Amino acid sequence: MSKRLANTLGIILALLWIFPVYWMVNTAFLPASQSRSTTPTFVPFGGDFSAFSRVLTPSFMNSLFLSLRVTLLVVVVALIFAFLAALAVSRFRFAGRKGFILTILIVQMIPAEALFISQYKMLQGWGLLNSVAGLSLLYVAAVLPFTVWMLRGFVDGIPADLEQAAMIDGCSRTSAFFRITFPLLAPGLVASGVYAFLQAWNEFTLATVIMNPSTKTLPLWLRGLAIQSNQATDWPGVMAGSVLVALPVIIFFMLVQGRMTSGLVSGAVKG
Amino acid sequence: MPNVASDSVVPPAAPPRAPYPVHLGHRIEDLPTRATRRSIGPYLLLLPVIIALILALAYPLGRQIIMSFQGFGLAQQLGTAPPEWVGFANYRTLLTDPAIWTVIARSIAFCFVNASLTMVIGTALATLMTKLSTGVRIALSTSLLFAWAMPVIAAMTVWEWLFNSEYGVINWLLTQLGLDYTGHSWLTNPLSFFFVATVIVVWMSVPFVVFSVYSALTQVSEEVLEAAALDGAGGWQRFRHIVLPTIMPVLSVVTVLQIIWDLRVFTQIFYLQGAGGLASKTDLLGTFIYRLGISQSDYGLASAVALFVLILTLVITSGYVRSLFKEADA
Repeated sequence: MSKRLANTLGIILALLWIFPVYWMVNTAFLPASQSRSTTPTFVPFGGDFSAFSRVLTPSFMNSLFLSLRVTLLVVVVALIFAFLAALAVSRFRFAGRKGFILTILIVQMIPAEALFISQYKMLQGWGLLNSVAGLSLLYVAAVLPFTVWMLRGFVDGIPADLEQAAMIDGCSRTSAFFRITFPLLAPGLVASGVYAFLQAWNEFTLATVIMNPSTKTLPLWLRGLAIQSNQATDWPGVMAGSVLVALPVIIFFMLVQGRMTSGLVSGAVKG
Repeated sequence: MPNVASDSVVPPAAPPRAPYPVHLGHRIEDLPTRATRRSIGPYLLLLPVIIALILALAYPLGRQIIMSFQGFGLAQQLGTAPPEWVGFANYRTLLTDPAIWTVIARSIAFCFVNASLTMVIGTALATLMTKLSTGVRIALSTSLLFAWAMPVIAAMTVWEWLFNSEYGVINWLLTQLGLDYTGHSWLTNPLSFFFVATVIVVWMSVPFVVFSVYSALTQVSEEVLEAAALDGAGGWQRFRHIVLPTIMPVLSVVTVLQIIWDLRVFTQIFYLQGAGGLASKTDLLGTFIYRLGISQSDYGLASAVALFVLILTLVITSGYVRSLFKEADA
């Protein structure tokens, strides 16, 4: 294949793949009347922010705060739990270690659909349906296997000699850990934290099962906005809502993209 | 001098070596003071993860196995009677009900078509990436990255809008091309429903395949390729005998992941059903279990079907898990 042909094909494909994302942004800036026209508007000339102001309603704010609470809780809890487990697996040899690693790997493969019936029944029994605590518990368990796996790789990469050298120089074990190992681990913690954030922020399946229609995380809110009644759907509004939901994700995603690719290939499944 | 071994059971002198083989790249023998079977330290560190996994996964799994042997009739749904033991009745239904087998066959067909398309298009794009000028390659990978980063529900709303029957840009484009697609509704016919679902799933899944395969392709040795070309190997032969073996490990992992992801495309199908698809004709396993369990409260049969999905997934991924486990220093 000649270089010119390849490049032309590459440009066409690039345009094809970006088009839906472009269309979301484009429509979000159109006045409602202009989106209902037999000929589409391809560039939002004469557009404005009115669609955004229409979707910034109290129900959006409620969903935003709900999603933020769940996401923050999941990120913090998952990072602490996973970090402790990664230390154990990477720095200690103990009976049951292999079994634990194997369990983590198998658990990663379990699809949400295979357990949500009994998770629903369980949370119902505990009175935790439709609650931040209930949803967060399921999310923490869903992201833990991958975060443990990822952090284990990072801890493995930091030679224990470094810590021991610091201890010989007079550090206690704790201070050696916090002065030497912890700073080296920071990139791993950031990457795992972003992963947990993305999962909790985007998750739809379990949220549909666990939350009722009046308490919606952002993905549920967005679906409600688009589905409410097909004829009168305010498409610029829906697209503005999608931009608001997608923006933090796209920013964080770009930050850790490289690590996510290699991480996924070497052992992550939840996507 | 501070006591290095103060919080360790084993004295620092003459540390015991790990009693099992030490694998490459890991430093078990460098960790003498902590490598002991008697310490409870590691177990305490694992405790939070183990408790979380038991609460959220192991306990529900146990309950689900029990529920799959129970029946939930009207009385149970109204909360007036405890569930009734029905033995293997749910499993008999699972094995014999043509409606369930229709859903299973449909899911497998959908999974096969989507995973194949994703792998073929993804691998082709990755190969194309190696032949592009730097500028074009950056443009293509950026747009793939944006598609990959889109939250699934945001992507679904956009695609629903693109395929909208009245003002959707796709109907407009097809009409411009001389086909009469004015007001065409894509989601009412099951076959065209699955066509839309396939377009969306492939669009979302291809970027991950491209990036994984592309990074594997960059590992293929240029010298070997040139030498083979000098020896008279054609393009296909070089791909078949040099490139393919190099990228095979990545290709097989990515294929397994695509298969299990496409086997349970809950979000996309559920969303499109809400946007106008006929649920009974378009259910795949995920939405089927949801409808059975959550909407109709038939927890017994829903549990049996869910366990079937769980076992199917574990069987498909067993080879992958084994290879990951071997790679780990376990």
